[in-house]
Amino acid sequence: MDWCRLKEDRESRLKQGDAYRIEKKLVAAKDTGRLLEAVIRPGDRVCLEGNNQKQADFLAEKLCRVNQEKVRDLHLVQSAVAMDSHIKLLEKGIAKKIDFSYSGPQAAKLAELVQKGKMELGSIHTYLELFGRYFMDLIPRVALVAAVEADREGNLYTGFNTEDTPVVVEATHFKQGIVIAQVNRVVDRLPRVDIPGDWIDYVVEAPRPFYVEPLFTRDPALITEAQILRAMMAIKGIYAEYGVQRLNHGIGFDTAAIELLLPTYGEQLGLKGKICSYFALNPHPTLIPAIESGWVTGIHCFGGELGMEEYIRNRPDIFFVGPDGTLRSNRAMSQTAGHYACDMFIGSTLQIDEEGNSSTATASRIAGFGGAPNMGCDARGRRHASEAWLKCGEEDGMRRETLGHMPRGRRLVVQMQDTFREKMVPGFVEELDAWNLQKTAHLPIPPVMIYGDDLTHIVTETGIAYLHKCTSLEERTAAIRAVAGYTPVGRKAEREKTKELRRRGIVKTPEDLGIDVSDANRSLLAAKSIRELVEWSKGLYHPPVRFKTW
Amino acid sequence: MALQTLTYTFPGKTGCTIKKEWSHTGVVGSGDLEILLEQKAQAGAVSVQVVTPVHGFEYIWEAVLKDFVEENQIGDLAVSINDNNATPFVVSLRLKQALREAGIPEIFLEREGEKT
Repeated sequence: MDWCRLKEDRESRLKQGDAYRIEKKLVAAKDTGRLLEAVIRPGDRVCLEGNNQKQADFLAEKLCRVNQEKVRDLHLVQSAVAMDSHIKLLEKGIAKKIDFSYSGPQAAKLAELVQKGKMELGSIHTYLELFGRYFMDLIPRVALVAAVEADREGNLYTGFNTEDTPVVVEATHFKQGIVIAQVNRVVDRLPRVDIPGDWIDYVVEAPRPFYVEPLFTRDPALITEAQILRAMMAIKGIYAEYGVQRLNHGIGFDTAAIELLLPTYGEQLGLKGKICSYFALNPHPTLIPAIESGWVTGIHCFGGELGMEEYIRNRPDIFFVGPDGTLRSNRAMSQTAGHYACDMFIGSTLQIDEEGNSSTATASRIAGFGGAPNMGCDARGRRHASEAWLKCGEEDGMRRETLGHMPRGRRLVVQMQDTFREKMVPGFVEELDAWNLQKTAHLPIPPVMIYGDDLTHIVTETGIAYLHKCTSLEERTAAIRAVAGYTPVGRKAEREKTKELRRRGIVKTPEDLGIDVSDANRSLLAAKSIRELVEWSKGLYHPPVRFKTW
Repeated sequence: MALQTLTYTFPGKTGCTIKKEWSHTGVVGSGDLEILLEQKAQAGAVSVQVVTPVHGFEYIWEAVLKDFVEENQIGDLAVSINDNNATPFVVSLRLKQALREAGIPEIFLEREGEKT
């Protein structure tokens, strides 16, 4: 019996790959394709690092151009399908299967490939779930990662955008896999070591810096009155009501509006210090005014955000930084904090059905959900108490029937939803498009971002539904209809039932919350443009060019 | 897409019209609308004309306008709307703002008074 086959396999691959070393771990960029052909075998599980932020784009492009006699039928296991090169790998047959979390810009192409039978779709995961499988049944044989700098020994400086690198490298290296890093620069001495050199097999200095998407930059100029109203309602009816201190915000404009209302509306309500002290959050530029006004104690980041480097360097009490002064982000750790240490997740979605299930999937797009499902759920393993968690648990209208008398808290999971988006697309539907996608993409289950039984609150312009207070599924449907406005779902609401739900505090309209709808206007925003964010940051925030309008 | 004109008439309260003779609110920017409110003695009725590029949502206009008339207990009013893809929320908000600018009927103020 041979117990060391993985090790032997690794050694045979290294033997071929080592032919391209020029110095210690370094391989010349021009030899990258040959290196990949030397160390990757047909059918390998390969992790191409990339998420909704940074991308190992140079290695991905080189992988697209390998000799398919040598490299084919790969099984990609990676956070994101984000680049054109990822799609090309599947189109050409270099890869034939994929397990992933998020596909944002490539969602439509991915759906097309699945429908044409050009690829096999493994599963859609939330980030932490996929990372878990990296150590179980989806261990990468080869990982292609991205870093800012490397030295000749292979030590990596991932700096501001550390993101997924530690978890990818750990899973691959310690199961005898091969790790190749593309770096922006090879240097003699790193500012700090994020990944130890003996976990890295090869380093390639890429001809250009890795691609980073500024996914979390929201221009305050685009925030609407409806978003401001919902933000006011959420602050008063949820943040203040539960004393939410530890939370994660979604990526959309609704939560950007909340961030910009803290120093104004939040201050008026006397909430400073009582809510929003700790975040598991990317460094959202729209959080700058709240940080500068002394609202925030600490933020741990999943990843970086272009333009926020210098600001963070100058606010080390708020962020996690290395001895070099640069942010240390870490997606796996931040997702762990998001799951276990946050009392609330609040975000938005495309569709919510009458039972409270929500999804961003549509029939022609396989988008994946990134980290949302991991935070948009109750952490069933949680054992520590907090005010918000306990209150939400006490209010649970169905808890007695399942748990009896034992006190147990519950995470607040909140969706902020436009009843209608642009072009009159309804935010509430009788059946999620996810069911349709399940059929067309041959998925075992409809891809749901947040399940109805995890969702505790919905905020629309019409009102807040406190869904967890409901005593039956039927009642929950009535509460959802009551806040669904003029959508087909909302038009099924019965006036008397809605009145009863309002009496019991299960539905609260802006009026019930003491909010005058016509007060919702843009003058409440602490910053009304990117330029004002720069001013708040005292010139430390440097927005990407595409956001500069002056 | 071609503009279409929708017209509605709702029963309202006789004499509960706006204070100003007429009042104009809003701009026809993208996702927004302009509203003209005019006093019009018509046995309490509220007549509405909507010009919109959006087709197929007549029933939503009707529901939004009906709620507006009922909630504010208005009457003897002519409403003209030029819409540019506003959502129902924006329509409701602008109607509320328009009414406020036009001077709301006494009865509405009394109801506000009751609540405080």
